[in-house]
Amino acid sequence: MVARYVGRRLLQAAFVLWLAVTLAFLAVQLTPGDPAQALLAASGATEEEIAERRAQLGLDDPVPVQYTRYLWSLTQADLGQSWLHGRSVGQMILEQLPATAELAISATVVGSVLGIGLGVLAALRRSTWLDTAATAIAVLGLSTPTYWSGLLAILLFSLQLGWLPPTGEGDLRHLILPSLVLGFALSGSIARLVRARVTQVMEEPFVQAARARGIPSWRVILAHVLRPALPIALTVIALQFGFLLGGAVITESVFARRGLGKLAVEAILWRDLPVIRGVIVFGALAYIVVNLATDLAQVWLTPRLREEMA
Amino acid sequence: MISRVIEWTVPSPRPLLRQPAVLAALIWLMLVTLGAGLAPLLAPEGPLAADTSRSLLPPGAGSLLGTDLFGREVSTRLLWGGRWTLGIGLLGLATAVGLGLPLGLAAGFLGGRVESVTMQLVDALLAFPGLLLAMAVVAIVGPGMASVAIAAGIAAAPAYARVARSTARELRTQPYIEAVRALGGSTRRILANHILPNAAAPLVAFAATQLGWILLNSAALDFLGLGVPLGTPEWGAMLDEGRGYLRDAPWVSAFPGLALTLTVLAANLLGDSLQKTLQTR
Repeated sequence: MVARYVGRRLLQAAFVLWLAVTLAFLAVQLTPGDPAQALLAASGATEEEIAERRAQLGLDDPVPVQYTRYLWSLTQADLGQSWLHGRSVGQMILEQLPATAELAISATVVGSVLGIGLGVLAALRRSTWLDTAATAIAVLGLSTPTYWSGLLAILLFSLQLGWLPPTGEGDLRHLILPSLVLGFALSGSIARLVRARVTQVMEEPFVQAARARGIPSWRVILAHVLRPALPIALTVIALQFGFLLGGAVITESVFARRGLGKLAVEAILWRDLPVIRGVIVFGALAYIVVNLATDLAQVWLTPRLREEMA
Repeated sequence: MISRVIEWTVPSPRPLLRQPAVLAALIWLMLVTLGAGLAPLLAPEGPLAADTSRSLLPPGAGSLLGTDLFGREVSTRLLWGGRWTLGIGLLGLATAVGLGLPLGLAAGFLGGRVESVTMQLVDALLAFPGLLLAMAVVAIVGPGMASVAIAAGIAAAPAYARVARSTARELRTQPYIEAVRALGGSTRRILANHILPNAAAPLVAFAATQLGWILLNSAALDFLGLGVPLGTPEWGAMLDEGRGYLRDAPWVSAFPGLALTLTVLAANLLGDSLQKTLQTR
């Protein structure tokens, strides 16, 4: 039954989310040092002021109480307050989100086009130099740190040729280099799985039959090969979502862009734990939602799966 | 001792050492290891020897790979940096395998409740984007060389546990394992003497791939300034240092990046070829 599958999948996603959220809570509990002390001692606060702050932050309560309060505030979409700025972490994340989303989406487009293109090309020309070249590009994409390819891209396209601005943000021209660099890194794993899947589909009887009937090969490819290969590409792209977020952090740093990456790096340097916890909980939530949506879309895109469940 | 037959010796379509990619990867890794090991002999002046009169010399004339802002030789720092980068990579890999292997093997072999609890935990950890998870670990432990390695290792451990589990699961139903069990072999004995040796090949193959991931991400933490102290000749940190004068002296960033890319590439190629050779066998 499709409804039962959807229900089970939803339940599983909720459970994984709860576990992830709990791990994030425990991690902060395990962190040595005391936020009130860390924040106030530097400014020469007295013992009493520190104690007062501790009570204010609720750090004197027993762990189960703190945990319940944490879970409860999460259900209110409240990620806590930054120790450093005293501002709402959710608000800070929302402010930085558009910049990161812009980069992530454009990099996904670049990575998908490049990855699917390379993967299909390699599969259709299997064991030729084209296959070798496409596979080599894919492995290179997987192995090249974006913090290196990014600097090389700035060096070539900005400093040498002067075509694009090296850093900063604003118009579309600022987005081109970062999304190409991150998209290239993303394309490697997409290309490899698309290649494997298309190779598999090409050997299916219905594809062989279509070719035997003399249907032009581009039509066979479009109608019979690409369509079944697409759900797989979708899954890979969703699974790479975590990589994408991590990659966006580095790419933002290379190109001096605003975004979640800058927020996270600053939070770590200042040991602003609520912000760090907020960013990784947000990342986990996004990952879980994206993968849930993909799995459900999969059922919708692949009639065979629905039949198997019926 | 059927189960002890070492899987590598079974003839495969193309022996590993005859594959050009594998050979190139092995040679590069050997060169990097040798360079790092022999750094005190090859570049006795050390990675911190500064000479401001030789600031930002380009590669070639009088300096092999150029010099940085403080007149330090990029080539010397690369050799010494290999010690940091490889050391961090190996410590990270040891962390990932040390955590992932026992968990994954136990889950896959024992099945039942142990498996479902372990795998739920692994799935929850996999939901955190890898680099962000590593960053969170650094935030908790505090920056430094060891914490970067351990952070990258912890972030890589869930994936390793998954592979270890599926390998152990596959082996669990093999006739020879069932035979040992029927003969009264204890769980511990089966795991240590029969599952582990046979799971070794795929687990080594995946470890090579993971080494690439760990190198990439630990160097990323250093690049972001969350790892080794400023001025350390670690490749990621060197890349970061060169950013400031990219226009005037691109070689300061370019060479560490190249070394890192080639090392990650070698680890990935090695892992890929090992996995492919095992599959087609």
